[in-house]
Amino acid sequence: MRRLRKHFSRKYLREEVLPTPFCPGCFNGVVMNVMFKAFEELGVERLKGYVFVSGIGCSSWIPSPHIKADTIHTLHGRAVAVATGVKLAKPNLNVIVIGGDGDLAAIGFNHLVHAARRNMDLLVILVNNLVYGMTRGQASPTTPEGMRTVTTPYGAYEPVMDVAELIARTNANYVARWCVANFNQLKNSIKEALSKHSKGFRFIEVIAPCITYVVRYEGKTPGQKIKELMKVCRPNTETPYGRIGILKAEDKPGYLDRYFEYVKRATEGDKGE
Amino acid sequence: MRVEFLSGNEAVAKAALDAGLKFYAGYPITPSSEIMHYLARELPKKGGMFIQSEDELAAINMVVGAALAGVKSMTATSGPGFSLMQEGLGYAVMVEAPIVIVNVMRAGPGTGQATKAAQGDVMQARWGRHGDQVVVVLAPSSPQEAYDLTVKAFEIAWGLRVPVVVLSDEFVGHGREVVEMPDKVKEPEPGWGPEDYSKPPFGSDDPRKPPPLPPLGEGYDLLITGSTHDEWGYRDVHSFETHFKLVKRLKEKVLGNIEKIFMYEYFGDDEADILIVAYGSMSRPARTAVRRLQAAGFSAGLLKLKTLWPMNYDVLRSYVKDARVVIVPELNLGQVVYDVRIVAGNDTVVVPINKVGGGVPIYACEIVEKAQKVWGEALEEALQP
Repeated sequence: MRRLRKHFSRKYLREEVLPTPFCPGCFNGVVMNVMFKAFEELGVERLKGYVFVSGIGCSSWIPSPHIKADTIHTLHGRAVAVATGVKLAKPNLNVIVIGGDGDLAAIGFNHLVHAARRNMDLLVILVNNLVYGMTRGQASPTTPEGMRTVTTPYGAYEPVMDVAELIARTNANYVARWCVANFNQLKNSIKEALSKHSKGFRFIEVIAPCITYVVRYEGKTPGQKIKELMKVCRPNTETPYGRIGILKAEDKPGYLDRYFEYVKRATEGDKGE
Repeated sequence: MRVEFLSGNEAVAKAALDAGLKFYAGYPITPSSEIMHYLARELPKKGGMFIQSEDELAAINMVVGAALAGVKSMTATSGPGFSLMQEGLGYAVMVEAPIVIVNVMRAGPGTGQATKAAQGDVMQARWGRHGDQVVVVLAPSSPQEAYDLTVKAFEIAWGLRVPVVVLSDEFVGHGREVVEMPDKVKEPEPGWGPEDYSKPPFGSDDPRKPPPLPPLGEGYDLLITGSTHDEWGYRDVHSFETHFKLVKRLKEKVLGNIEKIFMYEYFGDDEADILIVAYGSMSRPARTAVRRLQAAGFSAGLLKLKTLWPMNYDVLRSYVKDARVVIVPELNLGQVVYDVRIVAGNDTVVVPINKVGGGVPIYACEIVEKAQKVWGEALEEALQP
């Protein structure tokens, strides 16, 4: 009998916590896998020197406890703030935030937008599942209008927040939006954000509709949804989820570059008065 | 020895730098801002990181992040900001982040009176978060103590891997006095060393000993979570055993070290008939009151609490038991007085003096007057057939 080779992603995982607690078919697994593929193609064998910070929500469980690296599972919405503290305390660490739309676009949006304004040297991956999946699928700032959830039983009526577009309008260096069907583009974006554009604030939004509270209610299977997303989410087109593609890629100095410049002024004669 | 004329807020900032502060995040708020101003000027020059955060929620979480990364970190705030920080403070307790939070108290609730002193956050510092926990709270009464207790706060935080609150107030923060500082302060050492890095980072056989906090990024694959976790950091949000073991250990870590944490001073007659229990700025008129009462022929003493929480009830009881009258002057509507009542026997009369707002202190003469009046009443009652 042929022995099966271990899946490449297992070297990045704490195998003792598998299987994941995600619903069968959950797109978090796709995001996870694509991210690991990016690491592998970058030649990262062991995630030493990487710190993953997440908040509260389904996608926050992608790193904690699954990724075999330093992981910090913070309060709801505060992942970007904690990540900022870690990065400034230890500038040589690669700090990656993974969070959902509730975590980053609702309760934690203030931290997100200010980190973007500062061009803080962080990579933030927003897994946008369109609802609060962990707490039974309530409407979030990204819930499409008309969608029925437990908190919008007659159809969501609040306009949708376009998070990637908002962040692109700040001083952030790199902003992209892909959906889970754009495997390769997403992988390349993550690679770019960790290599070519490794400075400043990098933001990647991934459209990954919640299997349990969005896709199932639409009467579709995960496979059917992926096929649908493949048709809808063509790169560089407008979609119901906003513009898909790389919205911004710049190489401005990051927060740390500017801070060290500032420190130079402080130590070279500027009295600060 | 360095001798300088400093405000309490400047003394806090200087002490933090002397204790090895390398990261400060804060949001401007009166009457604590001078701490931030001083560090904004000095920290970058000393190789530290200074960041003005978007709000207090961010400030405390940034400070927790920096502490988990192994860097001495602090934030300072006042009432409304301290309210916002409660969430992060509870998180710091759960992940055992050694942080220092300075709260320069002002009159609340709400925005209250931003520039006026108060002592209304004592119970908030103790009980302000959801869930069970014990947080260390120190209360300086002068710029000198603001310096000394801030250094002590870093010692306790890093010695035990716990958050520590320095509960200053507007009188102390803006009052200016001579402060004596040693030329070189020994930087507080963590209560664990590299030899402990192989041990569980969230568990310890001896609950009084802090578990080690290995540095991030060096391959220890730390699993840190604010949810209930076992000794290696694996989340367990279902079992009774894991949760009970964790919260009990976190409590015992503080209470088991109460001898090191609980600080107080006593001034006056031994076994005084009239005892004043005070803390922070209000221990100053209380001291004057004791002198005046002694001059008037009374047996009087002051128990000044430098540590408010955890309260050492044995110490408190040992002083209260001899007194006939205990006066508790506070710039609030009565908070620490409840703890005094817990230890007071039936023969002891416990009387609060409460005032708050407008920057008006409790004057020594008010304490003396009250003490004499209550003493007279107590005597009369004792003489009843």
